[in-house]
Amino acid sequence: MGLQHIRIGDWLTLMLGSVCVVLLILKLWSGELADKAVIRSGGKVFREVSLARNQKIEVPGPLGISVIAVENRKARIASDPGPRQYCVRQGWLQQAGEIALCLPNQVSVELVGSHKRYDSLNY
Amino acid sequence: MRIENSGSEVEDRGSSSGLTSLHAPRSSLLLKATAEDHHVARMAAVALGLTLLEGAIPSPLPGVKPGLANIVTLIVLARYGWRTAAWVSLLRVFAGSLLFGNFLTPGFFLSLSGALLSLLVLALAQHLPARWFGPVSHSIYAAFAHIAGQMAVVYLWLIPHAGIAYLIPIFAAAALVFGTVNGLLAARFMDNAESENNSASEKHT
Repeated sequence: MGLQHIRIGDWLTLMLGSVCVVLLILKLWSGELADKAVIRSGGKVFREVSLARNQKIEVPGPLGISVIAVENRKARIASDPGPRQYCVRQGWLQQAGEIALCLPNQVSVELVGSHKRYDSLNY
Repeated sequence: MRIENSGSEVEDRGSSSGLTSLHAPRSSLLLKATAEDHHVARMAAVALGLTLLEGAIPSPLPGVKPGLANIVTLIVLARYGWRTAAWVSLLRVFAGSLLFGNFLTPGFFLSLSGALLSLLVLALAQHLPARWFGPVSHSIYAAFAHIAGQMAVVYLWLIPHAGIAYLIPIFAAAALVFGTVNGLLAARFMDNAESENNSASEKHT
């Protein structure tokens, strides 16, 4: 197998392909996608769950029970006894650093990746 | 392919008597295979053989395969054009799935989607200026198209889960490596065949 079979354009293609692979690795393996969800109730960590398994978690708060759903590596608050339902309407969280807060019931879900980044709430 | 309807005219003499219809018309649908059909079949058979060979090579990850059969597709593309390459490639997918017993299973649809998308990309890639772009380029583009088609089927149908995104870099790297190797093998094979055929000065483009 000789290098004489590779023409100039082929080198270009090879380089393009390598750049694609490197970009894919950086994009998909950098831990930007969240690995787990941290569920807090009343300011204390209630549970840390992996996003790998689909499940529903019931979290008790002062007003009642908030239900948190994990599905397809995403998490959301499926139901909440709060009056305005802001956290429910926020929908699915997918990226590390995203957070949904149910203030009246003092329940929150935060997604974290392999390394914790700054977020607008803490920074 | 030419379909010849030899001797299928029903002899309709004396339409008033129903007796003649008792004689069964010598109706036989003949499929005349042209020389090109034979050639396509031969090439598809070679591709099938390579697929079989490849099945014997253990793979570290299911789905990561060298795709040796694509060498045949590349050579056919370079020599006989895209139409013939499409025939060979799709025949390989269908006949291969019948041979290995996975016709209409997910594995079959994975190969089919991969083959279709690579053929689509090859249809475009073959118009790249031949002075600078050879089989290696064709092979790499086709390999990337192949995994793209497969990942699309996997994501849209088999595993609609964002988790498969973690596997994409592995498949992409494999496509780059095996695409390059297959392209080099195809180029080398064509070089050898060409130097053998030089005396006969038989050159297809």
